[in-house]
Amino acid sequence: MKSFVTAMLCVLMLFSAFSVAWAQNPVLVMSTTTSTQASGLLDVLLPELEKDTGIKVKVIAKGTGAALKDGMDGNVDVVFVHAKEREHEFVQQGYGTMRFAVMHNDFVIVGPPADPAKIAGSKNAADSLKKIAASASPFISRGDDSGTHIMELDLWKSTGLPMDSKVTSTTQSGKQVDKVSISPADAAKWYFSIGQGMGKTLIFADEKRGYALTDRGTYIKYKYGSDTPVDLEILCEDDPVLHNIYGVIPVNPAKHPHVKHDLAMQFCQWLVSPKGQALINGYQLVGKQLFFPDAITIQTP
Amino acid sequence: MGFFWDSLVSAINLLLAADSELIHIVGVSLTVSSSSTLLASLAGIPLGLFLGFVNFLGKRVVITLFQTLLALPTVVVGLFVYVFISRRGIFGPFDLLYTKTAIVIGQTILIIPVVTVLTLAAISRMDRRYKDTALTLGAGPFTTARAVAWEARFGIMAAVAAAFGRVIAEVGISMMLGGNAKGFTRTMPTAMALEYDKGEFVLSIALGIILLALALGVNGFLQFFQGRARQ
Repeated sequence: MKSFVTAMLCVLMLFSAFSVAWAQNPVLVMSTTTSTQASGLLDVLLPELEKDTGIKVKVIAKGTGAALKDGMDGNVDVVFVHAKEREHEFVQQGYGTMRFAVMHNDFVIVGPPADPAKIAGSKNAADSLKKIAASASPFISRGDDSGTHIMELDLWKSTGLPMDSKVTSTTQSGKQVDKVSISPADAAKWYFSIGQGMGKTLIFADEKRGYALTDRGTYIKYKYGSDTPVDLEILCEDDPVLHNIYGVIPVNPAKHPHVKHDLAMQFCQWLVSPKGQALINGYQLVGKQLFFPDAITIQTP
Repeated sequence: MGFFWDSLVSAINLLLAADSELIHIVGVSLTVSSSSTLLASLAGIPLGLFLGFVNFLGKRVVITLFQTLLALPTVVVGLFVYVFISRRGIFGPFDLLYTKTAIVIGQTILIIPVVTVLTLAAISRMDRRYKDTALTLGAGPFTTARAVAWEARFGIMAAVAAAFGRVIAEVGISMMLGGNAKGFTRTMPTAMALEYDKGEFVLSIALGIILLALALGVNGFLQFFQGRARQ
């Protein structure tokens, strides 16, 4: 019995020793979209960040909707996402302290080389979607409330085609909360809403020989940086509406006192600093630049 | 506590509203899981009986192997089937990936060991005298097997119920081979995983409650038949 207690005490001490060791390195928890992680950008940024500031970042990759939800619930210290309007809402409702514009890239519509909807070379996203709908070619939607999904729905709305909307009611703290989700009408045969990440969506599109809206970075990664490249081509690009803007927001300590706001601010300021912006600017995958820095504060004294 | 209450109320509301999307998801879940359970039973019950009755060299190795396969991770089955039916695989031209058929194939492979091992366990528990009596009464090995299987029917029924329980609640295979496409291959567990990913926890748990209610219904149905058969 005595030796058992001693053993338990030893284990306990070992654990506490470990946690002290952990505590010495500040860990920032960040929710971010799948695209920043899947594109490999974070693998370049985070080691440099740690070198400069000693901050370690624990990355939770999700869709933008879920990432913001993590921020609202105080599960993370900072969010790094791409849905400008929702980000402003997030700050206005007091969940975040301020939004830093970090960088942008763009969305493209990809599809099978055979291109049954005949949209190759188009610079008009709405028009391309109309043609896809008219030809009833498979279209794979993220369907997961991510920034890309939100962008896709905005594009469908701009086509003027009839949309189906569907209300799901849940009860939250006794109140009924309605969630409206929309999708193109009469599309049951060709519109696949799969509720998965960008990479899975591209693989799905490849298998179904269908079209998809994707950020350029993830596409390049799956087309040129993979052993089994997806058999999809960029068919519509360079439409100004396809701009994809990324922002980073520290979670408000007024809502969640336990969040590491100082660290989060330090992280954000590092991202928009000349060093962070230069790293983003220089990041390339198979010779192609993926992200373009946006912080207007680059000034050398 | 409020969270679970919210989920329960939401689940009841969803059911009362007879939400068309929900009904479709439940339909997909039930069709897929019952098909795979049926197929796995057709293969697994005879296999279990065979292992129970026939002695052959290396039988214990085979039994150990089957017992090990009870721990088969869904992701491994999913990936294994995926490699064959993806467009680049041998069965690519059949366009099987991301269909309900694909899920059924994967789930069947997953639960054949479950049915086999539990059937074997059920008949091993039977008194040896059943077998001996049948044999001395002049029954052939086939008829004997049938008689013993009939006596062990409740145990075998439990094997089938366990297998059904495993597939109705399974995420990995349905996600990898079905792709969670709304209106095509979205099942209850993949819908729950998705709602979790979207941060809609209440909806996710609500779906979980409906899934359990459904499983209760199916098992109640089986139990009812067992009760009838006993009389």
